[in-house]
Amino acid sequence: MRSTRKLAAFAALGLTLAACSSEAGEQAAEESASAPTVAEDVEFPEGSTMAEIAEAGTLRVGTKIDQPGFGLANTEGTPEGFDVEIAKIIAAELGLSEDQIEFTETVSANREPFIQQDRVDIVVATYTINDARKQVVDFAGPYYEAGQDIMVAAGNPEGIEGPEDLAGKTVCSVEGSTPAQNIRDNYPEAQLTTYDVYSKCADDLRNGNVQAVTTDNVILTGLVAGSEGAFELVGNPFTEEPYGIGLQLGDTEFRNFINDVLEESFENGSWADAWDRTAGAITGEPAPEPPTVDRY
Amino acid sequence: MSFLAENWPVLRDAFLTTLSLALLSGLFSLLLGTVLVAMRVSPVAPLRGLATFYVEVFRNTPLTVVFFFLVFGIVQIDLSFPSRFIAAVSALSLYTSAFVAEALRSGINAVPPGQAEAARALGLDFGQTLRQVVLPQAFRTVVPPLGNVWIALAKNTSIAAGFAVSDLTAALTRLSNANADELALVFAAIVVGYLVITLPSAALFRLLERRVAIVR
Repeated sequence: MRSTRKLAAFAALGLTLAACSSEAGEQAAEESASAPTVAEDVEFPEGSTMAEIAEAGTLRVGTKIDQPGFGLANTEGTPEGFDVEIAKIIAAELGLSEDQIEFTETVSANREPFIQQDRVDIVVATYTINDARKQVVDFAGPYYEAGQDIMVAAGNPEGIEGPEDLAGKTVCSVEGSTPAQNIRDNYPEAQLTTYDVYSKCADDLRNGNVQAVTTDNVILTGLVAGSEGAFELVGNPFTEEPYGIGLQLGDTEFRNFINDVLEESFENGSWADAWDRTAGAITGEPAPEPPTVDRY
Repeated sequence: MSFLAENWPVLRDAFLTTLSLALLSGLFSLLLGTVLVAMRVSPVAPLRGLATFYVEVFRNTPLTVVFFFLVFGIVQIDLSFPSRFIAAVSALSLYTSAFVAEALRSGINAVPPGQAEAARALGLDFGQTLRQVVLPQAFRTVVPPLGNVWIALAKNTSIAAGFAVSDLTAALTRLSNANADELALVFAAIVVGYLVITLPSAALFRLLERRVAIVR
């Protein structure tokens, strides 16, 4: 996801999330057997980024820690989620175990600087691939395709079925996010309210100050799951948000390597397995078809 | 430079929003702060207590919490502001007036007690003493602290960005995400926006200070 400031605290979801993360923690303990198999005796071309990382023995990963299902810090501060599992799959192919991954929190606004300043090797943080970002970083993937959707009060009292129905209604999103900009550009008749975090949008929807909340379906799913039946998802995604893995601009060798790893994980089932254990556990939906890697 | 041209409407609206937030809140907190300090030095004990309570509550509560209360708290008792902008002005005014009241009180304390005693001896009542003798002298000595409060207020308006007001800080988040390749320019434009408000007012307060300050 791409909103600039992601909630430091999902106030509305507090309890549910705490429950989720502890469940996820138990699951992780149970299923550590299903962690990706660490490749042994890996060999990479001299001077390549892969060789450097394998040599250093640490993969530095930027991820979000406030995104249920994708990257959410558990009570011990360790991030868990689909993004984290993807990072583990990549690390395993570099010959590194999950203990050798060094996670750094990245928020939407600092993902490019962190890559440019070489503070992280890769960013796996619900990071939508777009052209402006491709000017400063390169993307492997996509490894998941999200889409902008709409969340409404339970029972959908306003009868909102898609973005066209937002005309004349107040809709909430997060300032600086791609979904907010999309509403401004393409659905100017909708009254847009923007907060800094989605939990405030959820509060406003609960209060009736706004009639809908819009952003990526994966984020809305987390909010619906935490709302105890107060909200529902319209379930009609109207954009495509390919999530990619950010890395240094021009490091084509490393990008190709990650793309190969991703394609392999799509085929051997480790991708779907990672989905089922993380985001899938929240939505209850089976893993979708994996996206097609874009080797631009 | 094309970035500035393309995003000029966003930047201009954001700047005007920040400016009007600051000016309106500044005006209201000056008025409310003056009322508060009059209560605080009044001979009526309940008024003194009320003003002291108000000042201590708002001076010691984080501004974000005041915002939260006005935007999400009062909904619980079926109240709400007609717009988020008005809610923001209210939060900023309620909060800042406590600081204005304290700045003014320091000014009143700086007026020698003999002045008030002389005024009473001449037959002026409490209100007249305050209006004609004490407050005019107090305002003069509080120009520098009021300048501080004003500049703090101008920067505090940025909290409104988190509560659905499209001010300069909201424009920063909006533009920085849409222009990942020109982050430095985005930051520079926003900083300039704030400086355009704060630097001239700092100069203005210096001028005002030289004009009205009294040397004791």
